[in-house]
Amino acid sequence: MTDRAPAASPRVGLFVTCLADLFRPSVAFAAVRLLEDAGCRVEAPLDQTCCGQPAYNSGDRAAARAIAVQVMDAFEGFDYVVAPSGSCAGMLRRYYPALFADDPALARRAEDFAGRCWELVSFLHDVRGVRRVAAGFDGVVAYHDACAGLRELGIADQPRALLSSVSGLTLVEVAQGEVCCGFGGLFSVKYPDISVRMVSDKTAAIAATGADTLLGGDLGCLMNIAGRLSRQGSPIRIRHVAEVLADMADNPAIGEGEH
Amino acid sequence: MHITTPEFSANAKAALADEELQQALDKLRSGFTERRRAAVERLPEFDALCDQARAIKDHVLANLDLYLMRFEAKVIETGGQVHWCADAAEARQTVLALCRAAGARCVTKSKSMIAEEIALNDHLEAHGITPIETDLGEYIIQLADEPPSHIIAPAVHKTKESVADLFAEHHAQYGYTKRHDDAAALLEEARQVLRAKYFEADVGITGANFLVAENGAIVTVTNEGNAELTQILPDTHIVIASLEKVVPTLEDATTILRVLARSATGQEFSSYTTFSAGGRRPGDLDGPRSFHVVLLDNGRSSMLGTEFQDMLRCIRCGACLNHCPIYGAVGGHTYGWVYSGPMGAVLTPQLIGIEAGADLPNASTFCGRCEEVCPMGIPLPKMMRSWREREFEQHLQATPRRLGLALWSWFARHPAAYRGLTRVAARILTLIGGRSARIGWLPGASGWTAGRDLPAPEGRSFQELWAAKKR
Repeated sequence: MTDRAPAASPRVGLFVTCLADLFRPSVAFAAVRLLEDAGCRVEAPLDQTCCGQPAYNSGDRAAARAIAVQVMDAFEGFDYVVAPSGSCAGMLRRYYPALFADDPALARRAEDFAGRCWELVSFLHDVRGVRRVAAGFDGVVAYHDACAGLRELGIADQPRALLSSVSGLTLVEVAQGEVCCGFGGLFSVKYPDISVRMVSDKTAAIAATGADTLLGGDLGCLMNIAGRLSRQGSPIRIRHVAEVLADMADNPAIGEGEH
Repeated sequence: MHITTPEFSANAKAALADEELQQALDKLRSGFTERRRAAVERLPEFDALCDQARAIKDHVLANLDLYLMRFEAKVIETGGQVHWCADAAEARQTVLALCRAAGARCVTKSKSMIAEEIALNDHLEAHGITPIETDLGEYIIQLADEPPSHIIAPAVHKTKESVADLFAEHHAQYGYTKRHDDAAALLEEARQVLRAKYFEADVGITGANFLVAENGAIVTVTNEGNAELTQILPDTHIVIASLEKVVPTLEDATTILRVLARSATGQEFSSYTTFSAGGRRPGDLDGPRSFHVVLLDNGRSSMLGTEFQDMLRCIRCGACLNHCPIYGAVGGHTYGWVYSGPMGAVLTPQLIGIEAGADLPNASTFCGRCEEVCPMGIPLPKMMRSWREREFEQHLQATPRRLGLALWSWFARHPAAYRGLTRVAARILTLIGGRSARIGWLPGASGWTAGRDLPAPEGRSFQELWAAKKR
C-alpha cells in the first residue's frame, strides 16, 4: 500500500502491457474508461514497452533490471500504476524489489514503486471501492483465473464481484479453475506439446461449463485459450474482463473474424 | 540408471502419446489433490504447523554439522555405526562392503529415493547380491525394470492391468499361475511372495524420513509395514539417508510428521510410523545384530549458503508433483532421472549438472501451485529461475533463442524503436489474419501455431491510437 494520502482524483499511469498494445488496444481503452469512471485521471506514458518478464524468466537479469529502471522512470510521479494484467502487475509489485535486492538505493525505489502498482480489477475494487459497474452483457460467462493474478496478487473475488453487477450476465465456474492454462509466456513456444496438452484440458473444462463467453484478466492466457478454442472450431468467444466491465464488448472478440 | 534428462522434450512427446500413462495421470491429478485439500481443511492449524516445520528445518540447516555429529554420537552409543559418504560412488561402495561383510546374497529394501539416487540396485546386482524391493510400488517397477515415476508413488504410471501382466510373468516361478485382474488379489499375491523374501534376506536396507539427533533414532513412514519387516528380520540393518534428514528432537520429527502425510496422500498419518534406535540390545528378542547408517552428501552441503539452500527443507512429500500441471501432463519418467516435478526441476540440475538438467527448470509456467502447496514453503519457482539465470550466464541456451531474446530486449529498452516496431507488426499481423482475424501459421512461430491459432491484432497498436486520440 502507498503511504501517501489517498487523492480524491488520483493520477494513474496506465501500464498498457505489451500484449494489449500490440494485439488488443480495446483492453487498454476499456481500462481507461473504467479508471476514469472510478474518478482517476489517466495517462499512458509513451516510454513504456514491456514489464521485462521475458528477460527475467529467461535468466537475463541484467536486461530485466534495465527494463525495470526504464519502467520506473516512465511512471515516476504517478499516484498509482495500473495494468490490465495480473502477470505484469505481479512483476511490478513482487519481482521488481527482488531484482534489486543487492542495490539498497534501487531496492528502496523499487519497493516504493511496487507499493503503487496494481492490477486493474483489484485496483478498482480494493483501492477505489468500486462495487458496481454500469454495464450490460447478455450471456453465460466463465471467468478464467490466471495464475499470477490468483497466486501472486490474490485476485479471485474482485472480478467476480464486479461481473455480478453486470446486467444480463450469468457467471459460471470452470472446474479445476486454479490449474494453469499452459501459457507461461515463452513456455508456450519452448514446450508446445506440453502447453497444447494443458490448454486442451482447459478448453475442455471451459466447454463443459456451457458458457458462451470466457473472460479473464490476462491477455497471455486469453490468447492461448482463444487460439486453442479457435483451432478446435469452438464457438466460445473470449474477451478481457475489462471490455465487459467497461461496457465496451460490442467489437469482435479475441481472434474473432467478421461475421 | 541411464539419464535421459537431456531428452526431456522428446520424452514429453512420447509421454503425451502414451495412453496408459495418460489414464494413470488422470487419476493422480484428481485423487491426490482432492485428498490433500480435504486433509488440510480438517486441520485448522495446518498453516501454523507448516511454519513450525519450516523453522525446524531452517534451524537444522544453520547448524547441520552440530546435529549430524550429535546424531552420530548417539548412534555409536546405541551400538551402531555412521558412514559418511561424500558422493554416490562412495555410498554404493560402503553399502556393498557392509553387505559383503554380512555375507549377504539377498537383501530386502524398503523404499528409498537415496537408493535410487546412488543407483544401489544395479550396483548390488553387478556384484552378485540380489536386492528385493518390498514397497509394493517399488516392487512392481523392479519387476518391470523401470525407475520410479513419482517420489511417493513409484508405480503411479502403471495401470492395474499392466501390474497383472507383470505378476503373471514373474510369479509363475513361485507357483502363482493364475492372472488376477482384481487389485485385492494382486496385493495378496505380492504379499505372499514378499513375505518369504523377508525371511531369506541377510540384510535389510531402509531409507529414513528423519534422523533424530537427540537419541540416534531413525524414523520410517510407510503404508505397508514393509520398512518394519525389512529392518527387524535380517541380522543387519543398513539405513541410507541424505544428511538434511536430521532433526534435533523427537518432538521436531513429530511436528513435521503432522504435515508430511497430509501433504503427501491426504492421510492424517501414514499407516506405519516407526521410530527405532540402534540394533538388538542384550535381552531383546528380535532386531538386527548390526546397525549402520550410510549418510550421503552428494553435493548437498555445497547448496548451503546458496540460493538453493531452501531446497534442503524438502521432506519428499510429493505435493509439488501432484499439483504440477507439467508433471500431470507428462509424468515422472519424462524428467529422465530420479527426481521429477518441481522439486526435481530444482534438485536434478544440482545433482547431475546444469548442462544435463538444463530443460527441467525451464519446463515450468511459473504457475506457482507447487510453492503454494509445499508444506515446507520452498520457493520452487524462484529457484527454477535461479537455475535459468545460471544457464544464461553460462551460455547454455540455444543460440537462436539467445539471439531472439537479445533482439527483443534491445527493442524493449528503446521505446521509440519499439513503438515503430509494434506499429508495423500490428499492421502486418492484422493483414495476415485477414477477415478471419486468426493466424494458423506464421514463420518462426510454429511452436505456437502447431496446436493453436494466433489471434490477429485489431489493426493499430494502442500507442498509435492513443497518440492520434490525444492530438
